[in-house]
Amino acid sequence: MNLDIIESILFATIIAGTPLIIVALGQLIAEKSGVLNLGAEGMMAMGAVAGFAVTFHTGNPWLGVLAGMVAGALMSLLFAVVVLTLMGNQVATGLALSIFGGGLSAFVGKPYESEVLEAVPTLRIPLLADIPVIGPSLFNQQPLVYLAWALFGGIVWFLYKSRSGLLLRAVGESPSSAHSIGYPVIRIRYMATLFGGAMAGVGGSFLSVFYTPLWVEGMVAGRGWIAIALVVFATWRPFRVLVGAYLFGGVMVAQFFVQGSGLDINIPSQFLSSLPYLATIIVLVIISRDQNTVRLNAPVSLGQSYRPDA
Amino acid sequence: MLRLEPRAQPSQLMSYASPLLAIVLMLIGGLILFSALGKDPVEGFRIFFISPLSDIYGVGELFLKATPLMLIAIGLAVGFRANIWNIGAEGQYIMGGVAGSAVALYFYESEGPHILFLMIVAGSVGGMLWASIPAFLKTRFNTNEILVSLMLVYVAQLAVSWLVHGPMMDPDGFNFPQSRMFEESAILPILIKGTRLNAAFLFALSALVVGYIFMYRSFLGFQMQVAGNAKNAARYAGFSAKRMVWIGLLSGGGMAGIAGISEVAGPMGQITEHISSNYGFAAIIVAFVARLNPIGIFFASLLMALLYLGGEQAQQYMNLPSSISNVFQGMLLMFLLGSDVFINYRLTWKRG
Repeated sequence: MNLDIIESILFATIIAGTPLIIVALGQLIAEKSGVLNLGAEGMMAMGAVAGFAVTFHTGNPWLGVLAGMVAGALMSLLFAVVVLTLMGNQVATGLALSIFGGGLSAFVGKPYESEVLEAVPTLRIPLLADIPVIGPSLFNQQPLVYLAWALFGGIVWFLYKSRSGLLLRAVGESPSSAHSIGYPVIRIRYMATLFGGAMAGVGGSFLSVFYTPLWVEGMVAGRGWIAIALVVFATWRPFRVLVGAYLFGGVMVAQFFVQGSGLDINIPSQFLSSLPYLATIIVLVIISRDQNTVRLNAPVSLGQSYRPDA
Repeated sequence: MLRLEPRAQPSQLMSYASPLLAIVLMLIGGLILFSALGKDPVEGFRIFFISPLSDIYGVGELFLKATPLMLIAIGLAVGFRANIWNIGAEGQYIMGGVAGSAVALYFYESEGPHILFLMIVAGSVGGMLWASIPAFLKTRFNTNEILVSLMLVYVAQLAVSWLVHGPMMDPDGFNFPQSRMFEESAILPILIKGTRLNAAFLFALSALVVGYIFMYRSFLGFQMQVAGNAKNAARYAGFSAKRMVWIGLLSGGGMAGIAGISEVAGPMGQITEHISSNYGFAAIIVAFVARLNPIGIFFASLLMALLYLGGEQAQQYMNLPSSISNVFQGMLLMFLLGSDVFINYRLTWKRG
C-alpha cells in the first residue's frame, strides 16, 4: 500500500465518520437529559431532503445545512411534544418518528431524485495541510469536518465545564431532584431534544449536500441507528463518540481498503456494505457483555417519562 | 389555562377511543396534506380511501396486503406485551422468504403438496433463525435487541441482493437479479377467483386465533403480560426472563418468516430484491394501533393495508409518490401515542 492510497483511505474515513459524529453528539446531549429519541434515522432523512432541496434552489450549501437543521429540529419537536408533554412511550414514539421521517422524506424528495448538486470545494487549512499524508486527509477537508471538531470541543466544555451542562446531567440522572430544587426539567429536556434533532438534521444534510451530493430515498441507510448505537458504545462520553465515529467511518469505506490492498480477492460488494451493520452488532455485544458498563454509565432516567408533581 | 390532570383510574373508554381519535387526527392531517399539495381534498380522499375498494379485485388486494401485516403483527405483539422490542421483523421477513425460496428452487421441476409445506416450514425457520441472533445476544450478553434486530434488517437486504445476483439467479434470466419463476406446485392456491388473495390469509387468521389463545388463555402468555406490566413482580414470581426473550423474538421471527415466504410464493412468484416492502415496519404500527390485541390486529391490518392501496392509487391517479402511504402510517402512530395520554390523564380548565 503506498502513501497515496493511505491518504485517500484516511480522507474517505474522516468524511464518512463526520455525519456520525454530528448526529451522535446531538443524541448524546438529548440522552444526557434522559430522553432517548430513536427517531434519528427519520430526522436525518428529513434533514437530508430539506438540505438538498434548499441547496438546489438557492445554490448555497450553507442555507441547505441551515434548512436541514431546522427540519431536524421540527421533527424532534414533534417527538418532544408526544413524549415530554403527552408522556408517550419514548421507544415507540422514536420508532414512529423514524418511520414517519422515512416516508415523509421520500414523499417530499420525489421531484429531486434525478438532480445532482455541484460538489462543494474542500477548505484547505494553511500550513497544517502541508504535513505529509495526514495534512491533505485531515486539513484539506469539507468545512463541516472542522465544524464537527468544533462541535465536539463545544460539547465537552458544555457538559463538563459549564453550569448548564451540570444541570443537564442532573436532569438526566434524577429529574425529581432537579425539579425539587426548582429547575424546569421538562423545559431543559425540550431544549436537549431539539438540539439532538437539529444535529441529526445537520448530519443528514451533510450526506445529501456535501457527501454524495444527491438525494435518493433511503440514502441515510441506517446511519441514524448506528449513531444511536455509537452513543451506547461510547458509554455516553464525547471523546469516545469521536473515536468510535471514525472507526465506523473506516468500516464504511472498507471497499477502499480492499481495492487499495492490491490483493486479487473477490469479495461480494454486498458483504463489504454489510460490514458497518455487523460492526455495530459486535461493538454492542462487547460493550453490553458486562452489565455494569452500561448500567453505570447510562443516564439513570434515560427513556423514562417524567411529570412534575406540582 | 388547559392542563393535564391525572385520572384516579386509567380510563377504559379512552383506551378504546384513542385509536379512533388517532384515526380521525390522521384524516385531518391528510386533509391538510392534500390541501397543501394543491389537490382537492375530497377528491383525494375518494381516490385514497374509497376507490381501492370499488370492485372484488380491490377487496381481494386489501386482504392480500393485510395478510403479512396480520401475521407479523401478531407475532410481534407476543413479544411487545413483555417489552421485548423486536424491531427487525423486516429482516426476518426477508430471510423467511429466502429460506422458503431455497426450498422452492431445490424442488424446481418436481410436483407434490410436500413442496409448499416444506417451503412454509423453511420460511418460518428462516425467520426464526434470523430472530434468534438478537435473542441469543440479548440472553447471553444482554445486548439491546432493538438495535441488533434492526441492524440485521440491513444485512438481510444485502444478503438477498447478493443471492439474487448470484446463487439464486435465474440461469436463463439474462442476468436479471431475480430467481426463476416458481412452478405451480410452489405457488399458494388462490382463495377467491378473480382476486390474488391466497391461502396465506388462512394462515393469518389461524395465527390470530392461536395468538389469542396464547395471550389470554395460557400460563406463559400470562407470565409475559405480567413481565410487561411489572417487571419486578415477574422476577419475584420466578418467571424466566430469558425464556420470554426467546419466545418473544422467535414468535415474531417465525411469523415474519411465514409472511415472507407467503409473499414470494404468492403475489411475487419469484424472489427478487424487491421482497422488502416495509411490511415488517408497518406491522409494528399495526401492533400498537391494535393495542397488542389479536382482534384489534385484524382491523388495524385492514386499515394499514388500505393506506398502502390508497398510496398506490394516489400514485396512479394523482401523480403523488406512493410513499404517501408511509406518511399516513407514521402520522397514525404518532397521533396514537400522543392521544394515549388521555388514558391516564384528563384535560381540565383552570383559571390563572
